[in-house]
Amino acid sequence: MSDVAPALGQIAVLVAALAVAVPFLGRYLAHVYTSEKHLAVERASYRLLRVDPDADQHWKTYTMSVLGLSLVGILGLYAFGRLQEHLPLSLGFGALPADGAWNTAVSFVTNTNWQWYSGEAALGHLMQMSGLTVQNFVSAAVGMAVAAAFARALARNLAGGRVGNFWADLVRGVVRVLLPISVVAAVLFVAFGMVQNLLEPQAVHTLTGGSQAITGGPVASQEAIKELGTNGGGFYNANAAHPFENPTPFTDVLEIFLLLVIPFAMAWAFGIIVGDRRQGGAILAVMALLWGVSVALLTWAEMAGPGLAPSAAGGAMEGKEVRFGEAASALFAASTTGTSTGSVNAMHDSLTAPGGGVAMFNMMLGEVAPGGVGSGLYGMLMLAIVTVFLCGLMVGRTPEYLGKKIGQREIVLVALYVLATPVLVLTGIAIAITAHDGLAGLQESGPHGLSEALYAVTSAANNNGSAFGGLTSGTPFWNTLLGVLMLLGRFLPMVLVLALAGRFATQRHSPRGAGTLPTHTPLFVALLSGVALVVVGLTYVPVLALGPIVESLS
Amino acid sequence: MKDIYTLFRHSLAGLRMLVAMTVLLGVAYPLAVTGIAQVAFPWQANGSLVTATGEHTEDADEAVGSARLGQVVDDDALFQNRPSAAGDGYDPLNSYGTNLGPNDPDLVASIIELEAQVAEREGVDPADVPPDAVTSSASGLDPDISVAYADLQAPRVAEANGLTEDQVRDLVDEHTTGRTWGVLGEPHVNVLELNIAVRQLAGS
Repeated sequence: MSDVAPALGQIAVLVAALAVAVPFLGRYLAHVYTSEKHLAVERASYRLLRVDPDADQHWKTYTMSVLGLSLVGILGLYAFGRLQEHLPLSLGFGALPADGAWNTAVSFVTNTNWQWYSGEAALGHLMQMSGLTVQNFVSAAVGMAVAAAFARALARNLAGGRVGNFWADLVRGVVRVLLPISVVAAVLFVAFGMVQNLLEPQAVHTLTGGSQAITGGPVASQEAIKELGTNGGGFYNANAAHPFENPTPFTDVLEIFLLLVIPFAMAWAFGIIVGDRRQGGAILAVMALLWGVSVALLTWAEMAGPGLAPSAAGGAMEGKEVRFGEAASALFAASTTGTSTGSVNAMHDSLTAPGGGVAMFNMMLGEVAPGGVGSGLYGMLMLAIVTVFLCGLMVGRTPEYLGKKIGQREIVLVALYVLATPVLVLTGIAIAITAHDGLAGLQESGPHGLSEALYAVTSAANNNGSAFGGLTSGTPFWNTLLGVLMLLGRFLPMVLVLALAGRFATQRHSPRGAGTLPTHTPLFVALLSGVALVVVGLTYVPVLALGPIVESLS
Repeated sequence: MKDIYTLFRHSLAGLRMLVAMTVLLGVAYPLAVTGIAQVAFPWQANGSLVTATGEHTEDADEAVGSARLGQVVDDDALFQNRPSAAGDGYDPLNSYGTNLGPNDPDLVASIIELEAQVAEREGVDPADVPPDAVTSSASGLDPDISVAYADLQAPRVAEANGLTEDQVRDLVDEHTTGRTWGVLGEPHVNVLELNIAVRQLAGS
C-alpha cells in the first residue's frame, strides 16, 4: 500500500530533524560530560546521598560504581516483581514467577527490555512506573556515562588510569539530558492521543452491543524514555504498535527520532570531547551509512513483499498497522534494531524473510548503527580500533588511535570485546536448539523456527529486546537462558571498555607521524564500515544461511 | 575478598542513588506528566473515548469505545474492521499480532479463506480484496482500515442502511486521515467514527 515518494519523504523528514538536532544535542552532551560545575540541585543530592562527585575515579573504581549500582538495580527490580501482589496499583496482578522476575530485572537494568510477559496482563501501574521506568532512565544514563568516560580517557594525557566520576556522569545524564527531553516528549505524546492516567481497565459497551476493556496507565511517561533511552520495553504487549502507545504517524516518526537522536549525538559529542570534531564526524558517518543501508533494504523488502503470505494477501500487511503501512513499519524496524531499542511498531516475526534478516543483521553488528545510548558509541569506537590495528599491520607500524598506541594489551581487550557477544549468541543458539525446552518454545518449524530462536538469543546478547514474537519465551528455560545472555552481553563488554579506557588514560599522547593512519577521512569511513560488516559476516554467515537466507531464497 | 568488599561499598552508594532515582523518576516524573496531561489533554489522556453520537467523553459509562482502538463490529450493516489476533478479537487485555512467519502455511491458508469470505460478503472478485482486509494487525487493535477496504465495503453499507452510495462515500472521505504533511504514514479510515456517522445518518 505504501508508495515510493511518501516513503522517501518520510525518511527525509526524519533525517532533516536529526540533522538539525544532532549538532545541538551533541555540543550539549559534550558540555554535560566535561563541565566542572554542578547544578545546585545536583550538589544538594550528592550531599544527601553522601557521594563525592569531584573524585576523579580510577577506571577500576568507576567500574565498581557501575557494577554496584547495577547489582542493586537487579536485586531491587527482582524484589519489586516478586512482591507485586502486596503493592498498591497492582490491578490485582500477582507476583511474577522467580524465573520471570529474574529475566525482567536483568532485562531492564541491562537496557535490553526483552519482555516475556504481556504488560497489560501481568504488571500493575506501580511496577511499570516505579520499577521499569526508573531503570529505563538509569540504564540509559549508565550507557552514556561509560561512553563519556571512554571518550574522556582518549582525550587525557598521563592521567594515571583516571576516567572521571561515575556518580556525576549518571546524575547529569538523568537530570540534564534524559529527564527534560522526556517530559516534553511525554506531554506531546498525550496531545496526540497517548493515554496517561492511573485507571484500571474500564469496561465500555461497544457500538454493536459488545463489551471492551479500555486499558489505562502511565503510558506516555514511559513511552518517552523508552524510546529516548533506547530501552524499548512496551507498556502493553503490542509495544509501539498499540494505538495507545503510538497513536498516529506523527507520534511514530517522533518515536523514531527520539530513539536515534542520542546515539547519533553521542558521536558528535565524542568529536568535541577529543578535541577534533572531524573524528566524531567520521564515526557518525559510519553509523549513518550503515543505518541508511539497512533502512533502504528493509523498506524495499517490506514494500516488495516477497513470500507466500504477502503474495497471497497482495502486500506484507500481516503484523502491521494501517496508519503506518509497510514503509513506516520498515523505517521503525531498521531504526529499533540499529539502535539497541527493540521497541516495535510491527510484529517482526511477520516481516518478510529478507526484512527480518536485515533486522537480525542490524543487531548482530553489535548495536553500532547508531547503537544504544552510549553503547553504540563505544561499540563503534572498538571497531574503529580494530580498523586502525588492521591497517597498522598492513604497513608494519604500531597502530594508534587519536594519539593512543594500540599495543598488545590494548588489542587483547578489543579482541575480547569483539568476540564476547558473538560467543554469547552462538553458544546461546547452540543450547537453545539442542535442548528440548528450547525447541518447545518455537511457533514455526524449519528455517523460520531457527530464525525465531536465533532472533531471541541475538536480541538478548546484544541488549536489543525486540523479538520474533511467535517464540513462547515465558518459560523457565528461556527466561533463564536469555537472562544470562543479557547480563553477560551488557557487562562483559562494558568492563572491557572501561579497562581499555584505563589503559588509554594512563598513556601519553604520541604526536602524529608520517605512518599515522588519519581517522577522519572518507577512506577511514569506508574501511571502518567494511570492518564492521566483515567481522559480523564472518561470525554469523553460517547460522544466518540456515535461517533467514535460506528462507529468502526458498 | 577486597574486590567483594569494594563492590559492597559501591552497592551501598548505588542503593542510596537508586532510592533517590525512584522518587524522582518513578514517582515525581510520571505523576507530574499525569497531572499536566489530565489538565491539558484530559480526553486523550483518558483513552479518547467517544459516545454513540460521536461526542468526546471521559466517562466510560457513556462511551461506546475509544477512537484509538478498533472493536468487534457485530453488525453486517456496518463497516468491518481487520482480522484481529488480540484475544477473541480486539481485546485490549491481550494486544498482539499472530506473529506468523511470511511463509507459514496456516497463515497462507487463512489469507485465502478470508479473501473468499470478504469477496462473497461484498460481492466482488477475491483479487480485488485489499491486503489489510485479510491480514491481522500488529496490535490486534488497529482502529483503521485502508481507503481501498472502506471503498470496497461502501456499497454494502449503503444498501443495508438505506443510504445512497454517494452518501456513504462522502462519510468515508470525511473520516479518512491522509498522510501527515503529505508523507508520514498511510491514509487510513477510522472505523468506529465512520460507523457512528453511518448510524447517525441512517437514523436521521
